[in-house]
Amino acid sequence: MKLQRNGRSKALAIGAVALVSSLSLAACGTDDNTKTAAGGSSSGSAAPAAAIACAKGGQLLGAGSTAQGNAVDVWKAAYGSACSGTTITYGAVGSGAGIQQFNQGKVAFAGSDSALKPAEVDASKAVCTGGQGVNLPMVGGLISVVFNVDGVDKLVLDGPTIAKIFDSQITKWNDPAIAALNPGAKLPDAEIQAIHRSDDSGTTENLTKYLAKAGGGAWAYPAAKTWAGKGGQSANGSAGVSAQVKQVKNSISYVELSFAQTNKLNSAAISTGASKPVEATAANGATTFAKAKIAGTGSDLALTLDYATKDEGAYPIVLVTYEIACDKGNKADSLDLLKSFLTYTISDTGQQAIGQAGYVPLPKELSTKVQAVIPTLA
Amino acid sequence: MSAATTTAPAPLLRRDLTTARLPRWAPAGVAVLAIALGCAIGAGAGLASHIQWGLIAALLFLTISYGLAAKVEGRRQAKDRFATSVVWVAFILAVVPLGALTFYTVQQGIGAINGDFLTHSMKGVVASTTADGGIYHAIIGTLEQVLLATLIAAPIGLLTAVYLVEYGRGRLAKAVTFFVDVMTGVPSIVAGLFIFSIWTMFKQGYSGFSGSLALAILMIPVVVRSAEEMLKLVPNELREASYALGVPKWKTIVRIVIPTAIGGITTGVMLAVARITGETAPVLMLVFGSDVINNNPFSDPQQSLPLYIWQQYTVVNNEYGYDRAWGAALVLIAFVMGLNLVARGIARWRSPKAGH
Amino acid sequence: MTSSPPATSQGRAGRSRRDSRFGDKVFFNFSRGAGILLLVIMAAIAGFLAYRSALALGKNEGNFLTTFEWTPDGVKPVFGIAVLAFGTLVSALIAMLIAVPVAVGIALFISHYAPRRIAQPFAYLVDLLAAVPSIVYGLWGVLFLVPHMDGLTSWLNEYLGWTYIFDQTKNGAPARNLFTVGILLAIMVLPIITAVTREVFRQVPRMHEEAALALGATRWEMIRTAVLPFGRPGIISASMLGLGRALGETIAVAIVLSSNSQLSLHLLDPGGGTFAQNIALKFNESQPFGRDALMASGLVLFVITLLVNGAARMIIARRKEYSGANA
Repeated sequence: MKLQRNGRSKALAIGAVALVSSLSLAACGTDDNTKTAAGGSSSGSAAPAAAIACAKGGQLLGAGSTAQGNAVDVWKAAYGSACSGTTITYGAVGSGAGIQQFNQGKVAFAGSDSALKPAEVDASKAVCTGGQGVNLPMVGGLISVVFNVDGVDKLVLDGPTIAKIFDSQITKWNDPAIAALNPGAKLPDAEIQAIHRSDDSGTTENLTKYLAKAGGGAWAYPAAKTWAGKGGQSANGSAGVSAQVKQVKNSISYVELSFAQTNKLNSAAISTGASKPVEATAANGATTFAKAKIAGTGSDLALTLDYATKDEGAYPIVLVTYEIACDKGNKADSLDLLKSFLTYTISDTGQQAIGQAGYVPLPKELSTKVQAVIPTLA
Repeated sequence: MSAATTTAPAPLLRRDLTTARLPRWAPAGVAVLAIALGCAIGAGAGLASHIQWGLIAALLFLTISYGLAAKVEGRRQAKDRFATSVVWVAFILAVVPLGALTFYTVQQGIGAINGDFLTHSMKGVVASTTADGGIYHAIIGTLEQVLLATLIAAPIGLLTAVYLVEYGRGRLAKAVTFFVDVMTGVPSIVAGLFIFSIWTMFKQGYSGFSGSLALAILMIPVVVRSAEEMLKLVPNELREASYALGVPKWKTIVRIVIPTAIGGITTGVMLAVARITGETAPVLMLVFGSDVINNNPFSDPQQSLPLYIWQQYTVVNNEYGYDRAWGAALVLIAFVMGLNLVARGIARWRSPKAGH
Repeated sequence: MTSSPPATSQGRAGRSRRDSRFGDKVFFNFSRGAGILLLVIMAAIAGFLAYRSALALGKNEGNFLTTFEWTPDGVKPVFGIAVLAFGTLVSALIAMLIAVPVAVGIALFISHYAPRRIAQPFAYLVDLLAAVPSIVYGLWGVLFLVPHMDGLTSWLNEYLGWTYIFDQTKNGAPARNLFTVGILLAIMVLPIITAVTREVFRQVPRMHEEAALALGATRWEMIRTAVLPFGRPGIISASMLGLGRALGETIAVAIVLSSNSQLSLHLLDPGGGTFAQNIALKFNESQPFGRDALMASGLVLFVITLLVNGAARMIIARRKEYSGANA
């Protein structure tokens, strides 16, 4: 009996120690990263506070596309440092999941790689009382065709060739079709390891849209988020794909520009029919966006991109991610914050800030249209 | 006198009762020989992968020790030696990935861990451009969510196991057993989605608690099954002795059966905790992930360590992201290990001192 | 004076009997309540899954059991589980074939072979493996294990290629195949099986072991006759717990496996898929209908788990005599 009581007190002591240590842990953490914010502004990502018209405060939830995750990260850091008392949380859960959560009324805005489908617009009417969900183009991006071939730093490809490579119709690096586009390059006699996304993604959808338009009939599948091509290998997410291209010799794949930059992968230039092949750079992406047509009506600014563009310096494989919010009937408690935040993100400072993170700042023609819509949200 | 008595029968004893034995250093010697041969064959044949070298050496070790023992000591002893060798090889086989994994994680993660990393959140940090920020908010989130899940799952699981072992007869027990079995196969994302649907039905927002509920669903079957197994192993003699002393059944269970099995039960609970602590999918769906410290698990998004790792890997995906991810992984492993040690400590003090 | 002590003792006995009956009732109801609660939760999940699956299955234009593709959100919704079921079973089978013997070996090592000084820390180390989150296994798998598997797979291809299973038809591709996934899963479930098995082996009655040794059995014979039969139900239960994790593992498989929608017996070629991995990969971008289809695949995973567990239960039931509680 005595022994047992002894044991109990020891157990209690351990519990007490655990409790005390966790309490002391609770006391020592901090949200204060001001030292960090200062470091951030030196790298140009935090905007001057004067440029931001702050909302009163409160919490704003958004969810959706992983592709714009880092862009929102830049924005909310800058916005948060200028406007104390606000908390913006963005969950990079994927476009489809983001739209669903938006349509269930769980988040104030969704980020998506593709505009709302008619069924999704209908569903959004349940949460947007008296209105519906609208697409606001916010983050421009481009998809680089990345490769890892020994002795080859520069590579030129065109639509049909890319389509055939990813459909296993071209299987060797020294295939005549590739050699014809790259006179003078030392292409090895090696098998092409084509890598695609194993998960469904907007990146795949945008690439296959390009292949369907510009592939000259070599891409026999409809554009879709699910990969349909034959053969090759797959990897999960842009992060997984980038890691594979880095690791596997003679590989080729497609990722957003920011992933190509941070992983230091070589990007192919695209021969579009312009006088010279177009490099995968933010400036060349912006040229394409400048020519984009608006397909939506009213407040809805869904874009139609010209994947078959032959303009000088216009990179054809681009993607735009939208912020989706209600035109009328947004949640009252976060409406001010939503408008204030989106006003900042589409402002010139906001767009310039993400330009340094591997995104394409939207051209003036487009951003002014979005800027005009945001104050009308209600 | 003693010399006279021992000298005569000793050789006799050795001849009659024990056969020739290999020297004590034989297993070690065989191991060295096998490794040397394995390396030689591997290098000689130009095999690139060191995994093969190891496998060849292991096979050689098994065959040589069996052969040698069969020759010198006879078949029964040879089998015994063989079994011993197999167990040792299993040990080595486990140590290699264990060592590789631990070493890899520590090597990748140790650099990121410092005071700032442990005590700061990610509020206001642009994750992809600086190495600043930390995991404090994620530690708090994981602590609270796991604690809540364990508080829900451990009692339910243990009581269910008690019911199945001590009371369970008839259709209800069969049904419970059946469903516990099915439950071990619930993919984590399905558990998450189930709670998500309920939460949406009641118009509730994101919170750490909803994540805990999904984690509890994943925990319960592991707790039930391991606890059930451990309770079954408690000898009936103990129960009968207790009844014979007039102790009521419930007191027998609480005071005799559970304490006897407490070590195994703790192991089961810790396995369950270890399993849920690393879950990403339901947490992403229900807890949502936040950059700021939220001490209240019952409202508003929180963060958790596995989700934090996942975000740093998939979204940030540069050297800063990788550093933070591995640092957080190391903290997560250390956290579960710490819990494990504490739980075992408590279990040891609470369990009756065993006779053996 | 003389009569009072018996009276009080009688009273006390009566009270305690009443107490105990009351206590028994409360405790019984509590434990039964836990069981019922569990049943309700599980039935709710099963019903939820079945309902969502029914929505999807009604509109499927392919055969759910034999179709390879998974395109529920396509123009024509077509999806099937053939590839997923194959991949899940094969990878779990490889994992169990490797993990169960090794885990039993390690458990024996800890409980009966190792010197005490090694056994205790080593037991903690194995528990450490259980604490590693799946995503770390995944990253370690793709960054460390896969490159180290290349030699082994090409060797298997060279010498066992004639078995068809180990025939490698795609050259130069990294070993992100079902075989590697099986090995990774084996490493992941090893600590689970080991931990439970070890605890069971520790409970083997000392007297059984000593009786065997006293009869002149070698250590192995003692283990075969006393330890393993006693521990068999425990080993099977532990394996089922491990199998549950192997069947349902998501993130690690998603990171390591180069999945596609082809059913191939060439285990060393990249390809294939598993249920949980497929759910994780498709879920985020699915339309509501696609989600229902994924739920249907989750339901199949349920059924598979159930069948395997049922078989295991039957094996255990035949060996009931070893259970202490005779339950």
